Amino acid sequence: MSGAVVTGAQAGLVSCETCKLLTRPVNAEHAGHCPRCGATLEVRRVQSLQRTWALIIAAAICYIPANLLPVMVSNTFATSDAETIMGGVVYLYSSGSWPLALIVLVASVMVPLGKLLALGYLLVSVQRGMPGSHHERARLFRIVVFIGRWSMLDVFVATFTVALVQLQPLMSVLPGAGVLFFAAVVVLTMLAAESFDPRLIWDVKNNMEKQDG
Amino acid sequence: MSDAARSPQPLMACQECDLLQRIPPLPVGGRARCARCGFLLAARPRDPLELPLVLTLTALIVFVVANAMPLMDLAAVGRYASTTILGGARQMWLDGERITAMIVVFCAVIAPALYLLLMLAVLLAARRPPLPHWSGELLRWGLHMQPWAMYDVMLLGILVALIKIAQLATVDPGVGLFAMGLLALLLPAISVTFDAREVWKRVEWKHGDDLAVAAFADGNYVERGR
Repeated sequence: MSGAVVTGAQAGLVSCETCKLLTRPVNAEHAGHCPRCGATLEVRRVQSLQRTWALIIAAAICYIPANLLPVMVSNTFATSDAETIMGGVVYLYSSGSWPLALIVLVASVMVPLGKLLALGYLLVSVQRGMPGSHHERARLFRIVVFIGRWSMLDVFVATFTVALVQLQPLMSVLPGAGVLFFAAVVVLTMLAAESFDPRLIWDVKNNMEKQDG
Repeated sequence: MSDAARSPQPLMACQECDLLQRIPPLPVGGRARCARCGFLLAARPRDPLELPLVLTLTALIVFVVANAMPLMDLAAVGRYASTTILGGARQMWLDGERITAMIVVFCAVIAPALYLLLMLAVLLAARRPPLPHWSGELLRWGLHMQPWAMYDVMLLGILVALIKIAQLATVDPGVGLFAMGLLALLLPAISVTFDAREVWKRVEWKHGDDLAVAAFADGNYVERGR
């Protein structure tokens, strides 16, 4: 192995994303199938940047109604009370459970927004070939993947509150239109993180080293 | 494994940065990280096939309990209500939030059920090597389901819901909630004790019946087979 060859792609090899077997692709366009597990091989995830962009733009659009529309509407005899995501955080805080208010604030407001910004930054940095710490970018991607599912929190809060508080005509809670958009944001950003290929982060570094050398 | 000790470790590429490297033979409990990006390439659990099998069977039993028993009971002004996981999704569906209901059912029932059943099939097949090549396909789907099985998130969601409702009514956690708590621990325990490499070592290669198959490249870049 010569010193110049570092990555699988540079050595003309493709790694199976399922079983990690290293193989020689059939040809440059179509790597073929893994001889061991039969999975479709891709040197880099197909159209990773376009797909990730499409998914995070869709998620960003859904993020607006997700925060503006109510997620829950509680009805009693006389009153009808619509509650947005932020409203839920404020309610938890004012009722004295500030640790839970903080958890919901982080999981429902900051995490989805942070994911959109982080994936957007990663996409731009890969497309522009921006210099910078690749280790930091790799860590950022791992954080996005790890925390992604926790935003589903508010969808479950709404589901089980709605299911339980059904004491018609005294008191009932109905889901609001916001909950659908909110669930859509979570699912779309999770799919976006899955379609982004982290190897592209390091390809930027490889290309820069090639230009230097 | 004696044959693993004799033959050189196969070359592999890091999943996150594509750096080519060899993983040295790991001691029990050892972990190998990518030399460049630090990604966890492999870990060697003590008992990579039997223990996950036991945990998967346990989790399947707990899964049935978690779905059959009420999660919580509510009492207010002489009225009672209780809900199960599916009951929660059903109410969402009835209230017109059908897509949300389907997402909840997928994350709470379908994804964990598929994950557990596919893992069970693969781990049972692994007891009699060589594994048929379709078990690789099953494992692939099982691993895809993993992030969508959200018992940990759901547990926290129910806790928040309980505290919110507790202002209005008396709420008691039910058996289903404890079962869900157990699942939130069992599911990660399965993935930590399981070593997929042990399955891939034993799987029967699909090699040969597909014209568009890539050629195996071993440590010395020598093509084998075709």
